[in-house]
This record gives sequence, C-alpha cells and structure tokens, in this order.
Amino acid sequence: MALPDQPLEAPDTMTEEVKILDPIIRVENLYLYYGSVVALKDVSMLVPRNQVTAFIGPSGCGKSTLLRCFNRMNDLVENVRVDGVIELDGENVNVPTLDVIYLRRRVGMVFQKYNPFPKSIYENVIYGLRIAGVSNKAQLDETVERSLRGAALWEEVKDRLKESALQLSGGQMQRLCIARAIAVNPDVILMDEPCSALDPIATGRVEDLIHELKQNYTVLIVTHNMQQASRVSDYTAFMYLGELVEFGETADIFRSPVKKQTQDYITGRFG
Amino acid sequence: MGLTVGLLMVVSLLMLILVNGITAFWPKRVVYLELAGESQARLGEALVLAGEVVKRQYKMARAASQRRQVEWQLFVGNKERYGLSFRYVDADDIVAQRFPEQVISIDRLEYGDAIGEPIALRIQGDSELTADNPEFARRLEDLVHEVSARRREIKHLEHGAIGAINARMTRLRLQQRVLDREGTPPGDAAYLAIEEAMAPLQARYENLAGEARELRRQQDENQIVYRIPTGDEVVLPLGQIVGYHFPNQLGFWSRLGLFAHNAWAFLIQEPREANTEGGVFPAIFGTFVMTVLMSMAVTPFGVLAAMYLREYAKQGIIVRTVRIAVNNLAGVPSIVFGVFGLGFFVYFVGGSIDELFFHNALPTPTFGTGGMIWASLTLALMTVPVVIVATEEALTAVPRGMREGSLACGASKWQTMQRIVLPASAPGILTGLILAMARGAGEVAPLMLVGVVKLAPTLPVDGIFPFVHLDRKFMHLGFHIFDLGFQSPDSEAAKPMVFATTLLLIALVMVLNVGAIWIRDRLRRKYATGVF
Repeated sequence: MALPDQPLEAPDTMTEEVKILDPIIRVENLYLYYGSVVALKDVSMLVPRNQVTAFIGPSGCGKSTLLRCFNRMNDLVENVRVDGVIELDGENVNVPTLDVIYLRRRVGMVFQKYNPFPKSIYENVIYGLRIAGVSNKAQLDETVERSLRGAALWEEVKDRLKESALQLSGGQMQRLCIARAIAVNPDVILMDEPCSALDPIATGRVEDLIHELKQNYTVLIVTHNMQQASRVSDYTAFMYLGELVEFGETADIFRSPVKKQTQDYITGRFG
Repeated sequence: MGLTVGLLMVVSLLMLILVNGITAFWPKRVVYLELAGESQARLGEALVLAGEVVKRQYKMARAASQRRQVEWQLFVGNKERYGLSFRYVDADDIVAQRFPEQVISIDRLEYGDAIGEPIALRIQGDSELTADNPEFARRLEDLVHEVSARRREIKHLEHGAIGAINARMTRLRLQQRVLDREGTPPGDAAYLAIEEAMAPLQARYENLAGEARELRRQQDENQIVYRIPTGDEVVLPLGQIVGYHFPNQLGFWSRLGLFAHNAWAFLIQEPREANTEGGVFPAIFGTFVMTVLMSMAVTPFGVLAAMYLREYAKQGIIVRTVRIAVNNLAGVPSIVFGVFGLGFFVYFVGGSIDELFFHNALPTPTFGTGGMIWASLTLALMTVPVVIVATEEALTAVPRGMREGSLACGASKWQTMQRIVLPASAPGILTGLILAMARGAGEVAPLMLVGVVKLAPTLPVDGIFPFVHLDRKFMHLGFHIFDLGFQSPDSEAAKPMVFATTLLLIALVMVLNVGAIWIRDRLRRKYATGVF
C-alpha cells in the first residue's frame, strides 16, 4: 500500500484532527500475538520526524511491545507473530528478509533498566562502532566525545573514560546508555521507561536531555508517568488493552482528550 | 553434627598426610643397640644393630594371656649386606643403646642408605686419609662435591648432546628403512647420502660416548671405607655417593637445613632405584603438563557444547536428552573412560595417525600407543560434563538486559555472545574448569591405560626439536603413589615417599585450583555488575 499524496491523512483509527506532515514511521494495521494472545490490536499511526512521541497507558497495555516492534526486538521472544506494516522512511521493516542489524543501527534503544556492558566507559560508547568494524582511533575518539556530549555526560566522565562503566551512578549509567545509542547516529531512538529506575534529579537530567535529542533524532518514549509525558513530549499516544485509543499533540491530549478512556486515565480514574 | 564429623575427618586425614609426608625428610639420629644373645633381630653373629628408630609399637600378641611386648622398628640401611632395610627389635632384647658421634649416613645411587662408621678415604695417587684425621671431613666434602659435578656433566652429555645425536640418527635410519622398503639398490646415491650424513654423527657419538665413559671411570677412582655395625668393612666408590651426613653430630638448625635440602631434592630430582629413592620431578612435571593440556582441551570443547545447547539449539526433547546424557556422563566410572580412550584415541586415532604420517616407523608405534596427548584428551572427555554444566549455568546467569543492549546496538547474535555474554560468564566457566581440574589431576585409573608409566626416561617437554613431545609416555603423581606403595620391591622403605608424594599431589591440585580461583576472582571483579 503506497503512501497517500500530500498532505498526509492520518489513518482512520487516529483522532481526526492530527495531521503529521513529515512522518518518519508509519504503522498500519499492526497486530501482535504472543502465541494465541493478542497483544497489539490493529494499531495504525504516523510518528513525526524530529519530535518526541510519548506512549502512555496502564501496565500491560502493549506500549512497550509496540516500541519493541520498531527495532524488531520482539524477534528475540519465542512464539511471537507480528502482522501488519511498519514503515521506516517508506521501507517496510516488518518483513523476514529485512537485515535486522541494519535496522537496529538506524533505530537505537534505551532500556528501562540501564544496562551498560562490563567494559570501560569508552568501550561502552563505541560498542556499536566496534561491532560494525570501525577501528580508526581518531574516529572512535571523536564519536566518544560527540556522543558523551550529546548525552550530557562528557564533563562528568571525560577524565575517566578508561574506567569501568559500572562505577557510575544510576543516572550516569542511563545517560551512558543514551550515549551508546546515539554513537551510531541512528534516526530514531526508542526509550522504554528510561527514568523508572532513576531518582528525581537524575530523571530531570535525562528529561532535559530528551529535549535536546529531538534536534537531531526522533525520540519515542514509553512512560508510566503522565507528568513526564506532558513535560518531554510533543505528541502523545494513549494505549489501552493493546489498542491505540488516542493519538495527538501532547497539549491536546492532556487538555482536551476526545475519548472517555483517555480522559479517565489522565485524570487518574484508572490505571 | 555430620558436618563436624566430616570436617574432623578431612582435617585429620590432611594432618596425617602432612605429618607423615614431612617427617619423611627429617634426618633422624642413628642409634647403636646392643642386643641380648638370644635376640631374633641379630644380623649374623653380631650383637650390635644400628639404625634410625622409625617407630615403637606393641607387638602382636600370639595368645591372650601373653604380656604385651614392645618392639622397635629400625631402619638399618645397608641393604646390599642385610637384604632388608628394616628390622624389628624386641624392646626386652635391648641391653644398651648409644649414639656414636662419628656415625655417617650415606645416600647412595644403589641400595639406598648406608649406615656405618667411617674408617678412611682412599684417594688415588695419595695415601689413605684416616677418619681421625682433622682433614677428613673437609676432604670428603670436596670429593663428593667433585663427583656430583661430574655426575651432572655425564647426565648432561648423555641426555643432552648424545640424546640429540640419537634423535637425528634415528631419523636417518628411518630414511634408510624407507629406501630398503622401496627396493632401492644398495650403492644408490640416496644410500650414500645417508651414510655420509651418518658418518660424522657416528663419529661425534663415539667421541661423546668415550667422554662419558672416561668420566664414569673417574667416578670410581676414589673410595671411602666404613665399618658397618656387624664389624665388616665396606669399600664404596665415591661416585656412588649422592649425599651424606653425620646424623649424630647435627644440631637443630643443621638438621633443619638438611630437611630443607632433602625436601628440595625430592622435588627436583629424578627417581632412582625403582622409584623408591631420589625425587619425583618427572611425576610432578607430568601431572602438571597433563592437567594443563587437559584444561586446554576441555575448555573450548565444553564451552562450545554448552553454548550450542543453551543459546543456539532449539530447546526441545532432543536437547533435553542430550543434557541428561551429558549429566550421566559425569557418573560413568573413570576406568571406562580409560578403556574408551585406549580404544578410540590410542588404537583408532593414534593408529590412523601412524598409518598416515609415521608409516616409516611402523611397526614401532609413534602415536598409536599411550601418550601425553591421549591421556589429556581422555581426561578432557571425562571432565567435559562438569564444564558443560557450569558453563550452561553461567550463560543463563548473564542478565537479559545486557544481551538486549548489545543486540539493540546492532550486534549479531554471535557478536553478542563473543563480546558480552562469554566475558560475563567467564567466572562461571572457570568455576567449572576448577572442578574439572580437581577431578582430572587426581585421576589415576584411566591414565594407566592411556599413557602413564612407572618410569619415563624422558620428559614430555625438552630441548630436542620439536620440544613438546605429546606422543611420549609420562609419569604421574597419582600413579607414582600406587607404584611406590603397592608395586615396589620394598614397600616399607617407600612408605615415607608415599606420604610425601601424596602431600605433593594434594599440594599440586591445590596450587592449580588456587591459580584458577585467583584468575576467576580477578575476572569477577572486572565483570562484577551488581546492577542487575
């Protein structure tokens, strides 16, 4: 199915008034099954380029599962079947013939629980380059500085790049993971509840960072925390029981949600 | 309660081995006993018995009514004279005991220790130097020094230079045999070339052999004369002397020095006289090399197997069956592995190698007989289940987040394994290796079938090309213990050696383990996450 002509119309499950002029990801009729359980039901949406899109919803609503579809991390789970179309810049990535490694270089990911490798800070940042076979020292050094600056960590660790990454604090480790993700210059960064294991100060720093990241990257963030969603995101998607209930600009979603379920959730009546 | 009993037993066993092993090297005083005329212990007509008291014990009573008698066990030495090195003496028969100052105890190349009183030194081209001469002790020391140096020289000649020439000559002879087999007419250029190469070798061989003969002759030039307790005088060429001491003149510190010297000699010397004398160096070396080779073989094999089972194979009935089979393999008696190693490695693999590469040497087997490499591989096979199980555990314990992080960076599965999962599970893998080594190093039964011998003339590693000879048979501490304790002609004399060797085996296993644990702890510190 080809993309419709400009201006793009959002697919019909989406709230009518949302117009995404420059989408980077297009999802259409996405179904995901864990064995015989349906985890994602007919999800269709457009993700805007160089914006922060937040996914909110109660536990088990499928927002993390959806996020992991974008870089095919669900491949690692047994008995998972994904039907539907996910297009990244017009290329369907949900086909078995796709080079997953190439996809994951374009779509980086930051996890809920910071997971630095038991290596030095330096090696952590350039991990993606190393496995891609880059060994040019100057290029590696340059990448380390750029990524660490990009992750607002450079000033704190520039004197101990050769030390183990495991000595860092939790917030620093999470920012290191962000640096690791941006080191390979991806187009999209997926963040799966990146602040849920951090204290409020570290959370604040990561949120500031997300704001800066959208200059260069498209950020998709899953969060439990509605304040966080309203603080960091430009667009918000509310999911419930595997369905995308409502998607729109964050200000609209929080100020005047169209669907009753959305309103109930953001006002704290359930969730 | 059970734990206490168990610990107590372990500790007392170790103490027993430790005490017995250590006292084997402690120089004891020599006592002269005067016996009552009717004593059964007398040697010939003499009523004097000299020796080191090994122990005092109650005699086995023949009848319940009999009074319990004490008997002494005496190490009397002079085996070529008495026939036995040990003598039991009833305490009741002892009339008197004394400790003569001048008693000498000589460690000889043959027949073990000699115990007696020195009379004189017979030095060639010189008069006799009697024992009461103040020069005697110094002169003896110099001369023994001299013969020891000469003995080292002979050994160097025979094992080093002559050994190397022999190796080259053997190769030439093999070429000759090939020619014979091919039916090359005698007088062919190839024959001549071989003969031409052989001639200088032969000449050098003769030359060196003559040199060694001359040195050997010099060894017997000077003699020492001493009187054994029966009153006979014995003449001993100095070349026979390995070491000597005056056991009744030693103070505590010199005794301690001698003890250290004995222990050190035990570690670095080669065995003599059916292994009952001398050291155990070849056995230590053999055990060490075998264990290291085994570890080198078992680690990649076990780790690859575990990686396949855990990470790559589709989990299902087949993998479950394989896993059960692997676990059962750990319970198979070790001798069965020995039989398998003999059949598969030695006869099949080794035989095939001989057919293919060492055809010319046949029927003398090169790899088709027990050897270092087959023993190591057999033990590797025996210990591989331990490594597989430990590695699987370690792989499972690597946090999922770490793998996902790597995959999300665009790493392939193999890159993730190689760069993240394997390093992180290295401490666990090493734990498996430690267990495997502990089991492998102490194993004897399978080794007897696939390469361990009572006495190996050469070490598996030496200076002759290609330096590491994996086809050679070797000695092993565990087998050495068995051989000393149960196969030697004089097992009573070998008893201290048995304990000392046991102590050594335990120590070696411990050293290997501590080494591996040290590496593991370093790795652990490096990969300690504590985050997950």
